[in-house]
Amino acid sequence: MSDGIATAGSPSIEELERSPGFPNRKRLIKGPVAVIECVQEIPCDVCGSSCPFDAIKVPSISSLPELDEEKCTGCGTCVPLCPGLAIFLVDYNFSKDEALISFPYEFLPIPKVGTTVDATDRLGRSVTKGRIVRVLEREQFDHTLVVSIAVPKKFTQEVRGMALPRGDGTR
Amino acid sequence: MLTTDVAVIGGGVAGLVAAIEASKFGARVHLIDENARAGGQLFKQIHKFFGSHRHYAGIRGFEIGEKLLEEAQKNGVQTLLNSFVFGIFGKEIGIIENQTGARWLDAKTIILCCGASEKMIVFPGWTLPGVMGAGAAQTLINVHHVSPGKKFLMVGSGNVGLVVSYQMLQAGAEVVAVVEALPRIGGWGVHASKIRRWGVPILTSHTVKEAHGKERVEAATIVALDENWKHVSNSERTLEADVICLAVGLKPNVELPLMAGCETMFLEELGGRVPIHDENMETTEEGIYVVGDCAGIEEACTAIESGRLAGVAVAEKLGYLSKDEAYELKVQIRKILDDLRGGPFGEHRVRAKQQLIERAKILKGLKDE
Repeated sequence: MSDGIATAGSPSIEELERSPGFPNRKRLIKGPVAVIECVQEIPCDVCGSSCPFDAIKVPSISSLPELDEEKCTGCGTCVPLCPGLAIFLVDYNFSKDEALISFPYEFLPIPKVGTTVDATDRLGRSVTKGRIVRVLEREQFDHTLVVSIAVPKKFTQEVRGMALPRGDGTR
Repeated sequence: MLTTDVAVIGGGVAGLVAAIEASKFGARVHLIDENARAGGQLFKQIHKFFGSHRHYAGIRGFEIGEKLLEEAQKNGVQTLLNSFVFGIFGKEIGIIENQTGARWLDAKTIILCCGASEKMIVFPGWTLPGVMGAGAAQTLINVHHVSPGKKFLMVGSGNVGLVVSYQMLQAGAEVVAVVEALPRIGGWGVHASKIRRWGVPILTSHTVKEAHGKERVEAATIVALDENWKHVSNSERTLEADVICLAVGLKPNVELPLMAGCETMFLEELGGRVPIHDENMETTEEGIYVVGDCAGIEEACTAIESGRLAGVAVAEKLGYLSKDEAYELKVQIRKILDDLRGGPFGEHRVRAKQQLIERAKILKGLKDE
C-alpha cells in the first residue's frame, strides 16, 4: 500500500481526493475528464495556461492546480504538456465494460496500437491486462506520447501506466 | 588589455541570462566558459522544465540552452570558450584560453556564475569503476549517448537522483532501487511518481553500505538506517548492479568568489559555504555579483531569475538604466523569485537567502562607515 507522496513516492488516494485537481466520482463517470495528480505545492503553472477551455487554474505559481470539472471537456491537451507527467485522461464510458486511461509516455520503442500490455498502477505493479487503443504523437507534444489503454472499468482509479517492454529480459 | 563593462564567468543558465539581460540595456558583455560550448547543465537536461509558462517551462532543458545561446549572440555578447579563469585580481581577470598563454580581461563589473559540484559519500568499494556522481552518469547518457552500465543503484532521492533515474530508464537501463537516508523522499513528488510508475523502488531510511566487484562494480549492499543514522543489524541486502550513482547533494563552487575577496557564510539550506550577497546579488565586493547555484543551491527557474536580477543591477550600476527603470524591473523580478520559492520546498531557502541579505547589509554598512 502507498503511504503517500513523501514516503512512497506516489500519491495516496486520500491525498488525491483532497487535491483540487482530482475530479470527483460523479464527474468521472460522466465522461472523459482530466485527472490531475499533482498534490505538492511546487513552482510550476504550465497546465494552467495549456487548457483551451480555461478549466485549469493555478492561482499563484506554487499553488496546486484547480480543475473546473464542468469546464473540462476531456480533450486531453494538458496530458502531454505537464512537465511532471502528472496529468491523465480518464474516459470511464469508453465501452460497456472498459474505461480508457491515457497517460504520457516518453520511452522507445513507440508502442503499437492493438497490443495487449500489462496495465500497471501508480507503483508500477501489474494489476490487469490492457489493450493499446491509441498512441498520439504530435509535434507540439515535443516527443511526449500519449498512450491510451482500455482496461476493465473496476481498475479505472488504479491503472496509470503500462509495463515497459524490455528486450534484454531484465524485467 | 581586453576591457569590458561586464565579465560573466560561467555560461550556465544563470550566466547566460545575466549576460543577455545586461547586454539588452546596452552594456558590453564578455561571457567566459571553460567548456567548448556555453549552456552549462542545460544540455544534459532532456526533461521538460517546470516553472512559469511565461518563461521556459514546458520546454526541454537543452532546447532552452539553444534559445539562450542564440539570444546572447543576437545581443552581441562576446563569448570566450575553452577559457579557464585562474584568478581575479581586483577587477582584472586572468584567463587561460585553449590551454595556451594567459590573457587579461579588465572588467568594470563581474558576475560570477560558477555553478556547483556534486557532493560524495565514501563507503567500502567506492573507488571501484562504476561508482560515479549522478551528474556524470547523466552527462554520459544524455550528452555522449553512452550508458555506463545496465543496472543502476541510485543513492539519494533529491530531484537530481529522481530525474537521473528516470533518464536511465529512458536510456534503456534498469534502476534496481533509489535509496534515501532520510525517512522521506527529498525531491518533488512528481519526479518520484514518474519512476515509481515504471516500477523503480524508492527505499527511504536506507543507504549504500558497500560496493562489490573485482575490476568494477558488480553488486551493492544496501542497509536500513535507524533514527540515529546507524545501520540496522541484519537489514543488509545485496543487489546486482553495475553502476552506483551518488546523488547526495550539491555544493556551491566558491573558489572564485573567495579569490575575489567575497565574504561567505555557511548555510546548510543552500548547500554549504555561500558568498554573502545583497538583494541585487552583489557580494561584499562592490561590483562583483553572484548568481545561480554558486549563490546557493536552488533550481533552474530561480537561477534564471537571479541572473536577470544581476543583469539589471549591473546595467543600473553602469548607467545603462536609470534608478527608476531599474527599480521597477527589480521589484518585478523579486516578486517572481518570491513566488518561485513559495510552497513547502522553498521555505528553508527563503529563510537562508534572507540571512545572506541581512548579513550583507551589516557588512556593507560597516564598509561605508
